[in-house]
Amino acid sequence: MKYTKEHEWMRVEGDLVVVGITEHAATQLGDVVFVELPETETMVAEGDEVCVIESVKAASDILAPLDGEIVEVNTKLVDKPALVNEDPTGEAWFFKMKIDDLAALDDYMDEDEYADFIG
Amino acid sequence: MTDLAQSDLKRLVLHDLHVSLGGKMVPFAGYDMPVQYPAGVMTEHLHTRAAAGLFDVSHMGQVILRPHGDMAALVAAFEALMPVDVAGLAEGRQRYGLFTNETGGILDDLMFANRGDHLFVVVNAACKEADVAHMTAHLSAVAEVEHITDRALLALQGPMAEAALAAWVPGVAEMRFMDVRVFDTGFGPMWVSRSGYTGEDGFEISVPESGAMDLARALLSTEGVMPIGLGARDSLRLEAGLCLYGHDIDTTTSPVEAGLTWAIQKVRRTGGARAGDFPGAARILREMDHGPERLRVGLSPQTRAPMREGTQLFDPDGTPLGEVTSGGFGPSVQAPIAMGYVAASHATPGTALEGEVRGKRMAVTVTPLPFHPTTYKR
Repeated sequence: MKYTKEHEWMRVEGDLVVVGITEHAATQLGDVVFVELPETETMVAEGDEVCVIESVKAASDILAPLDGEIVEVNTKLVDKPALVNEDPTGEAWFFKMKIDDLAALDDYMDEDEYADFIG
Repeated sequence: MTDLAQSDLKRLVLHDLHVSLGGKMVPFAGYDMPVQYPAGVMTEHLHTRAAAGLFDVSHMGQVILRPHGDMAALVAAFEALMPVDVAGLAEGRQRYGLFTNETGGILDDLMFANRGDHLFVVVNAACKEADVAHMTAHLSAVAEVEHITDRALLALQGPMAEAALAAWVPGVAEMRFMDVRVFDTGFGPMWVSRSGYTGEDGFEISVPESGAMDLARALLSTEGVMPIGLGARDSLRLEAGLCLYGHDIDTTTSPVEAGLTWAIQKVRRTGGARAGDFPGAARILREMDHGPERLRVGLSPQTRAPMREGTQLFDPDGTPLGEVTSGGFGPSVQAPIAMGYVAASHATPGTALEGEVRGKRMAVTVTPLPFHPTTYKR
């Protein structure tokens, strides 16, 4: 798994990249009550705001970690936002992206580096 | 904008307890306050409704008004600051009040109690210095205005609050909603009112700082009691339809617009024996008699997206109508909820409106308040 400074994780699945938020991010957000997902077949650029997550406390965005196309979204999160707190790195993935070159992931933190990053 | 440095924040007497309980501390009204504990806002909220929650509200202002001579002179002078019946408040009872300004806006909302030979007043943290100055300016001729700074204030709220507090102070079980009593206890003299700001039955307890830690630990060791942070305090009061000063009410909103006419007793209204003679009476009585231009309403977003403070509200035809003043998610109603001001023509429950969230207009319906029924022990 690879990690961004925005507390998102990325996992390669075949030729796709699965994206979610880390346990640390889910804990910081608190109880998630609303998730807004992007449309599929959308081209996005790194840093674009593609999802909205709202906790009891506040709203925050999920950014596209890479340039590419959103090909699948996890509609289960719309009906059950609490999954984000229950299983952030498993069942609560947000979207899958098709990117040109999986080597783009090499620039991101690995698990140990992310653990250091969050202290 | 720079955040207050941690060192500039005032610390509550229970600060170390909050930290040891895992409280996440944030700046609020100049104090370092727990916004939540490890259980989280949702669990803390639901626990308060199901059992009992202990809140540290020691940041709020506690003031004693002690008459120089006659209580009646103080009562009359205090009544001149509010559109509220002070003279009719019996000894041992508490009432909700509002300081108004000359234009009929609200300077602060408060609780005041008749304790026989003096009045006890509890005001909002962010307004307390201004409130003390206001009372000193207007009441010094008839009373001593004593800002109490050596007492903590705890709130114990929820269906198990009575049993939990009665385990330590048995007499509280006999109190009814808005009763006030003084108890001599091992924690020091406790000033207890049967009230709170969650919509639940419960108590607010003023206790000497010297006894506050022991009292808090005692209550937390009692069956059903859990510490609750500011996050859940906010969602609880929003579900109960209660106003947060500086958000739902301020110096521009009148009590009538805010839907607080229940706090203006008949005797102070047009035709009453002591009608008017409070700051802003012209506007407030006119709005009571003829209706205000806008009203605070409950709002139920029709999608799952919460509508937060500042969300603009529109008629479905696009006409701007007002904005959300408090909004979020209601853990007990399991849906997004909000309050805000809309034109009086659109304030009837059931009216379909739209709110703009992230550039999109979403359906929202005017809803009666409270969102969650109150359970006061009347």
